[in-house]
Amino acid sequence: MDLQAIAFYLLAAVTVISGLLVITARNPVHSVLFLIMAFFTAAVLFVMLGAEFLAMLLIVVYVGAVAVLFLFVVMMLDVDFTQLREGFARYLPIGMVVGGVLSVEMVMVAITVASNGAAGKNAGPAAPVADLPNAEAIGRVLYTDYIYFFQAAGLVLLVAMIGAIVLTLRHRPGVRRQNIGDQVARTPASGMKIVQIQSGEGLSE
Amino acid sequence: MTIGLTHYLAVAAILFTIGVLGIFVNRKNVIVILMSIELILLAVNINLVAFSVYLHDVVGQIFAMFVLTVAAAEAAVGLAILVTFFRNRGDIAVDDASMMKG
Repeated sequence: MDLQAIAFYLLAAVTVISGLLVITARNPVHSVLFLIMAFFTAAVLFVMLGAEFLAMLLIVVYVGAVAVLFLFVVMMLDVDFTQLREGFARYLPIGMVVGGVLSVEMVMVAITVASNGAAGKNAGPAAPVADLPNAEAIGRVLYTDYIYFFQAAGLVLLVAMIGAIVLTLRHRPGVRRQNIGDQVARTPASGMKIVQIQSGEGLSE
Repeated sequence: MTIGLTHYLAVAAILFTIGVLGIFVNRKNVIVILMSIELILLAVNINLVAFSVYLHDVVGQIFAMFVLTVAAAEAAVGLAILVTFFRNRGDIAVDDASMMKG
């Protein structure tokens, strides 16, 4: 066994075990931390495959944004998580059966596809080209052939951002805010009132 | 024994199964369900990247990027819905969610 095989089996084992711990951990904060570990090891697997740019993207987007978002929400919500775990043991047997069947089927499909599919004709993985780094190879295709998909992805992110803001925006009643529209629309005529006061009577609202 | 496409596909298949199993066994805990969906999408990404490398075609990595984008958007909107649901009900048990009418 060479070094690459040892590294692969180690990383694959860590990824699968942390994936299992994500769904079985009692504390959801631990689940999020194991999710981060699974993402990290998957990123190292991507590096082993030669997809360095996507590996870094995985760490920046998933670990830096998505997992931290999960961590914020889990810590912010004050929920009794032990109560949410009931039914875990009840659904475990049927889940194991379905998962086992699914896993065996997919591994068999993977073996067949890897040996008889289109990828089986190639002798091995794509050799790294010296003058064309991975990020540049992606950029050359992404910004030419897939430019509309790229723009659509940006649109999806914009819609998601606006949607998340709209969903969580809350106007509290009873809080006085500055109304800039009213302030700008104010004219000297409406902003000032001349009152005639009878002498000796004073003024009341 | 050299590491080939089969090995990466097997890891992705097992990770996908773990995600499906997580949805099965944590039916009440919507946060863990969302994390299971992230695991499933990670497995899909591993598949896409492995095929991209072994087919000598970089387009698979482009698709993995789009999957990453949609996963980030899905997590943001899902967690926003979760926060709103918690604010309205004081609880995140999804088996009560069918009571949410109107």
